Amino acid sequence: MNEAFFDKKEYKPLDRVDGRLKVTGAAKYSAEYALPNMAYGVLVGSRIAKGTIKSIDSKAAERAPGVLAVISHLNVIKIPGYAARGVHPSEPPTGGQPLRVFYDNKVYSNDQPIAIVVATSLEKAQYGASLVKVQYDQQEHQTDFEANAKNAVIAAAAKKNPKSPTADYDRGQTDAFETAPFRIEAEYVLPTEMHNPMELQAITAHWEADDRLTIYDKVQGTKTTQKTFAKEWDVPEQNVKVIATFVGGAFGNGLHSWPHESAAIIAAKQVKRPVKVVLTREQMFTMVGYRPRTWQKIQMGAAKDGKLVAINHHSIGQTSTYEEFTETTLMQTRMMYASPNVSTRYRLLPLNVATPIWMRGPGEATGAFALESAMDEMAHAIGMDPIEFRLANYTETDPDKNMPWSTKYMRECYEEGKKRIGWENRKLKPGSVRDGEWLVGYGMGTGTFGANRGPATVKAELDLEGNLVMHCAITDIGPGTATAMVQVASNTTGIAPEKITFHLGSSEFPNAGLQGGSSTVNSVGPAVQAACNALKEQLITMAAAKSGPDFGAAKPDDIMFEKGEIQLSGKSSAKLKLSDLFKQNNIQKIEATQESKPSENGKKYSMNAFSMHFAMVHVHPFTGQVRVKKIVCCADAGTIVSPKTAESQMIGGATGGIGMALTEDAVMDHRFGRYVTKDFGDYHVPVHADVPDIDVYFVNKPDLLADPVGSKGLGEIAIIGVAPAIANAVFNATGKRVRHLPITPDKLLGL
Amino acid sequence: MIQFQYERASTAKAAVSALANNAKIIAGGTNLVDLMKRNVMAPAKLIDINSLPLRSIEQQNGKMIIGALALNSQVADDKLVLEKHPLLSKALNAGASAQIRNMATVGGNMMQRTRCSYFYDTALPCNKREPGSGCGALEGVNRMHAIFGTSDKCIAVHPSDMCVALVALDAIVVVSGPKGERRIPFDDFHRLPGSQPEKDNTLQKDELIISVEIPDNTFSKNCHYFKVRDRTSYAFALVSVAAALDLDGKNIKEARLAMGGVAHKPWRLKEAEKALAGKPATEETFRQAAEIAMQGAKAFKHNAFKLKLGPNVIVEALKNAAGLV
Repeated sequence: MNEAFFDKKEYKPLDRVDGRLKVTGAAKYSAEYALPNMAYGVLVGSRIAKGTIKSIDSKAAERAPGVLAVISHLNVIKIPGYAARGVHPSEPPTGGQPLRVFYDNKVYSNDQPIAIVVATSLEKAQYGASLVKVQYDQQEHQTDFEANAKNAVIAAAAKKNPKSPTADYDRGQTDAFETAPFRIEAEYVLPTEMHNPMELQAITAHWEADDRLTIYDKVQGTKTTQKTFAKEWDVPEQNVKVIATFVGGAFGNGLHSWPHESAAIIAAKQVKRPVKVVLTREQMFTMVGYRPRTWQKIQMGAAKDGKLVAINHHSIGQTSTYEEFTETTLMQTRMMYASPNVSTRYRLLPLNVATPIWMRGPGEATGAFALESAMDEMAHAIGMDPIEFRLANYTETDPDKNMPWSTKYMRECYEEGKKRIGWENRKLKPGSVRDGEWLVGYGMGTGTFGANRGPATVKAELDLEGNLVMHCAITDIGPGTATAMVQVASNTTGIAPEKITFHLGSSEFPNAGLQGGSSTVNSVGPAVQAACNALKEQLITMAAAKSGPDFGAAKPDDIMFEKGEIQLSGKSSAKLKLSDLFKQNNIQKIEATQESKPSENGKKYSMNAFSMHFAMVHVHPFTGQVRVKKIVCCADAGTIVSPKTAESQMIGGATGGIGMALTEDAVMDHRFGRYVTKDFGDYHVPVHADVPDIDVYFVNKPDLLADPVGSKGLGEIAIIGVAPAIANAVFNATGKRVRHLPITPDKLLGL
Repeated sequence: MIQFQYERASTAKAAVSALANNAKIIAGGTNLVDLMKRNVMAPAKLIDINSLPLRSIEQQNGKMIIGALALNSQVADDKLVLEKHPLLSKALNAGASAQIRNMATVGGNMMQRTRCSYFYDTALPCNKREPGSGCGALEGVNRMHAIFGTSDKCIAVHPSDMCVALVALDAIVVVSGPKGERRIPFDDFHRLPGSQPEKDNTLQKDELIISVEIPDNTFSKNCHYFKVRDRTSYAFALVSVAAALDLDGKNIKEARLAMGGVAHKPWRLKEAEKALAGKPATEETFRQAAEIAMQGAKAFKHNAFKLKLGPNVIVEALKNAAGLV
């Protein structure tokens, strides 16, 4: 594909193709399927954080009106996937294994699901659940990160493989920090954060036959979920159908299969009716993962001219006692700046809590908070402008992999971001700008995420009226996948967007991976292109066989569609009516299914998307209130396929970053191992009043080494670097460095 | 949800007589329904009073009478309220969200329960929810908790913003019971936890709030509600202050001052008010009053910041009220 491909026609940014369905309520989410004879399941959670279940008294619940069953480890049917060596079918990210719901009497975390009450209505199931009485043998639990940090361990994956991203890493001299002219050393803490998508996790499970399961499930991967439950129930994959047509936000908590899903499927099997389970908001804090609390320490050394001498970065992330969850918190530190000496150490701290899972921008967002705060601290120590300091350490090749970048346009981001935020108004000396009573500060932070691409297959059909219909198993958790794919297909074919439909979110459709890791547009987009081009090939063959304009030597790139006509580019006279062509060949439609896979370029180039976020904040000196007044987000994400939804994605990421910086904190009472902030009243996600004007700038230059669409992914970098930008702006406003997020008013008192 | 009976009252009298045997009044339901869903409260019967004629806002004989069913948003936007008691409007708009203000009533706002996390989780101890089970917050997570008037049984705070303004404005709560009407000064309506934290207020079980009366005052020109919270909207106060001044030139004739987020009730600061009266409206005066206001405050493990934040917010509220900002 040539570089000018996406310039073939002028962009008319599309509105969301499914926007109307969503705002009118016509879009159907997992909790909205009403199946005949459906029953409702409510989960009973443990009230201790560690121990065993002594007894479950479910008599009263079973006698309650409408209750069909109370299912726990005491009466659960045999689940084939639980057997043998007891390995859960879904692949754990590293060591350990996911929780097998109702497997035995062991309790690993507070509010672990230990029983499900199934009834003929939701209210009856809720009432039944309130009657279940559980006795425990309680054991001493450990949930306090700080008190247990000394027990952190090296990840199993790192032990097995020294090249694992979580393995110890040393580049250059390990003691270079000690002798650096300028040195800073600081510890940073990111508290546990919850994904909290608007839509609650929900599943409706229906055994259509003894060995045939359909689930309407809130997931980020229909095919991975299909595999998981096929293994769990030892049935052929094609017998498990996973429907996730609409997903109301997920931010990562649909990337894993969770106990409530298994519980619903078990219940449906046992009561022989379809069963729906919708988690409560409180259960969203305990049953479907979270961003793990992470402690980090950075030692950074630099010379007077601003050249980095050394970075030592140490991180401890929380995990459960039964499953190791790791993330790539330290990867940016290895490759973002040209430091000759870099050491990273990644450790895990198993606690009596549930397993975490990737949350938007996963480890990179956590790591960037520490790294980009430290960069700001060092710039201040040297007395340099933070952007000048970063430019002094700009690297034209990946210093970790020792490879050239496929593309990197961060200089453009520095320039544009500076201009848009009004960086010239920033003073080097903190606390020196005021607006009335308020202190004013400017800060910035950068982020990066791998341009990950996986295999994907798309089926495309074109009918004689020129309607193009495509199918793919990919999900859409909100970024606007169908819109972007319609845009790719329209650009590839010339067919007007309103004549194109992209169906997604079903395991019945051609294969695609998870929607996660910013990998959808660059994985599925090329498959859309390939399928569209395959259709064109068929048309060229058909057209060449026909008398008239010469299509014989044409290539897919040479033809486009315009109002139901096939047009040979450069020859306005060379056109054919699509309907004529189809009729002459006596066909109603043509179809093509194409797979697209990553190339070998990943072995030669380091492929990454980059972001740069700028914040202007006001801080009230007497009350500690922070108001983010403006944010500028700059992204080098390759081709921007769908400008409107891409901008929305950046705005959403920046908003998540405001939450990370200023408000979000899942607080636990360690005496009980139970969260005390577990609803939207106590766990503060940003509200409209917290979110300022967010100005988005895209470099929008294709990376054709990464993939044929030229896209590098956007979802993760939208949040990576936002929190440090705000924390750095707060420092610039006040001179106070907050290293323990969130930056709530109490931390800024006494300025 | 545990089953309950539902009854619609057509007169206040009928509502009062129905208020027996674990029955509860429901109006906007913005707090009670949440509590019922979580099994924190399980009334056997709900008495819906939404059809009672208690929604009006009127000015009569030197006082404003606000019906118990007047909506929070209705009161906040009412022309008469904005003209005569802008402090009340400001406090109301600082609370909850637009959607909740559209549902919540004045009476319901007064009757809302604390948002203490231990009260809301039936797996955790709470003397307010389950007398004798202990106070989870005392040795637990108590960042949001009280610094005034606490007891070893309870350190929860009353969450309302509206009530902070009403206590400052010397409002009167008019209630109706089997023996007829009773008038309760606002400061006596809510109570401190003492040994009975399960009791939020002095309303009797068979009494119904009919209205709130606000006597005319001279504070409409110089008043302010300053609320500090963890996010800019839809969050409960860390500390809030209602400040109202009657100024004679640069001198304070009379002052009213109350705090939210610091006690089991809206916390009127009468000693500080006395200290302000007759003084020039300067930051120095305000700072001295704030010091007096904070006397007797006692912090717990996570809320010591309120000892520092409290006086600062008092000063900021007074500065704004006096037009010094």
